Amino acid sequence: MSKGLQGTDKRGILELGAEEKIGWDAVPQGVVLHSFDGETSNSALLKPEDREYSEFNSYIASVASWRVIKPVYNRDICIDCQNCWVWCPDTSIISRDKQMLGIDYDHCKGCGVCVEVCPTNPKSLLMFGETTDNDESLANWPEKKKKAKK
Amino acid sequence: MAKKFDLNEMEVWDGNYASSQALRQAQVDVVAAYPITPSTPIVEGYGAYKANGYIDGEYVMVESEHAAMSGCIGAAAAGGRVATATSSQGFALMAEVLYQASGMRLPIVLCVVNRALASPLNVRGDHSDMYLGRDSGWINLDAFNAQEAYDLPLCAFKIGENLSVRLPVMVHQDGFTTSHKAQNVSPLQDEVAYKFVGKYVPVDDMLDFSRPVTHGAQTEEDWHYEHKAKQHKALMDSVKVIDEVFAEFKELTGREYKRVETYMMEDAEVAMVVLGSSVETAILSAQQLREEEGIKVGIIAPRVFRPFPYDLIRDSIDMSPNLKAVVCMDKSAPGGAMGALFNEVSAAAYSTNNRPIMTNYIYGLGGRDFTINEIKRIMREQKAHADAGHITTEIQQFSGVRGPKLGFFTTRRD
Repeated sequence: MSKGLQGTDKRGILELGAEEKIGWDAVPQGVVLHSFDGETSNSALLKPEDREYSEFNSYIASVASWRVIKPVYNRDICIDCQNCWVWCPDTSIISRDKQMLGIDYDHCKGCGVCVEVCPTNPKSLLMFGETTDNDESLANWPEKKKKAKK
Repeated sequence: MAKKFDLNEMEVWDGNYASSQALRQAQVDVVAAYPITPSTPIVEGYGAYKANGYIDGEYVMVESEHAAMSGCIGAAAAGGRVATATSSQGFALMAEVLYQASGMRLPIVLCVVNRALASPLNVRGDHSDMYLGRDSGWINLDAFNAQEAYDLPLCAFKIGENLSVRLPVMVHQDGFTTSHKAQNVSPLQDEVAYKFVGKYVPVDDMLDFSRPVTHGAQTEEDWHYEHKAKQHKALMDSVKVIDEVFAEFKELTGREYKRVETYMMEDAEVAMVVLGSSVETAILSAQQLREEEGIKVGIIAPRVFRPFPYDLIRDSIDMSPNLKAVVCMDKSAPGGAMGALFNEVSAAAYSTNNRPIMTNYIYGLGGRDFTINEIKRIMREQKAHADAGHITTEIQQFSGVRGPKLGFFTTRRD
């Protein structure tokens, strides 16, 4: 279980499928899932870590186990272009004030789109095996490729 | 603001027009519709009310019945009162989405004008579309005439929208024999009808931005079963609300509806169980048989097909201590089984005191006429079963079909 951006963040605290299994009399009527606990008319103005996500919101659930390869982020090369943030299909790129902070490993499925769209040379995001240590990956980051001579 | 529609105390309406007037008076928020014979005049009439300023809600024309019911589900999840109408092939195309409406607990009202299912293509009335939807989790009400095609949709909104029910409701009427036959109908005035139906109370509506909600979530083996069990419990428990709404409607109009209608069952020795417009023909035949031949015939007519009224079917079978034989009339090609009405009434009859002889007739397929003379013949046959003490024919027979006599299964005894 990862720690979020702040101590109160509930991101990925629940392994998907580990919900309390209540009986037919207690399940919500009509397969309805409320996204937040209580009244949340201003939720659009709050950052995810400040929202009161309900138990059934996927923000709370971790799907890290679905992934076999993972993107690793190299801050030293990144130019904060936000391409990966725009293209990520699962909003798993964490960015604040247009500064890239890292990967949400609780929701990233390892699709590799972020690596494909990264424009830097070498790329600031690369795919590694799920069990590879991130520091080891960063230590073996490839060099800048020279442009082929005409 | 919708204009008031001037109505006489007594109008001459066909079943379709009666249903469209009921939808108008309920001030439905969204009708999403696709036309199909013989239900088209319901949504066509509704469109005309909309164009002429009698309706405040929205009318959405879509590309198919699948889309019509999908649109209804979207509008109902958004928080609106929703209704539409269909028949036969259109109903079949809706089938997938019918299950979603009931599973999502959205109280949509669907007027089903019963028509045969192809092939062969046929526009006339039988109950194959009604039977197709019987496991879809909707409450099913059955109108036997135009007056009921007006009354029951009003009741349907009030039943389905009740917060302890929250289920979609179908109101069936027979294609052409009810939908296109002009009859005397006594309507309520607009404000009286609307007051009876009541203001729509949304539940978990998607347009409530202070409480964002996901509708129609996916569940697998760890959750699906509990949701279906809860849904079935709500459907079974809806009988209490159905009875209450029928009682309230009687107080308002003097017209009494029961989940099972019975006619002359108090002293019946033989009985027919039948649905739809055939009920009135059966009552007339029963009266004539009593007067002319002294055969004590009673009629049992399920007003509510789902939730199936096992309790009241049992009560009606035990109403007369002399009841010996019951014939169940199924107006739908049985597809390799006994008729559905036969199966369910027999299941109820098995735990009665009378335990009558049960037989099954398939009849009226594709709108084949069902006459007084044929009903009399069938009831004389029931009398013969009763006198013999066993079934003297095949258990399942076909009424009114040309060619050699068709029947299946006989009583097994040594």
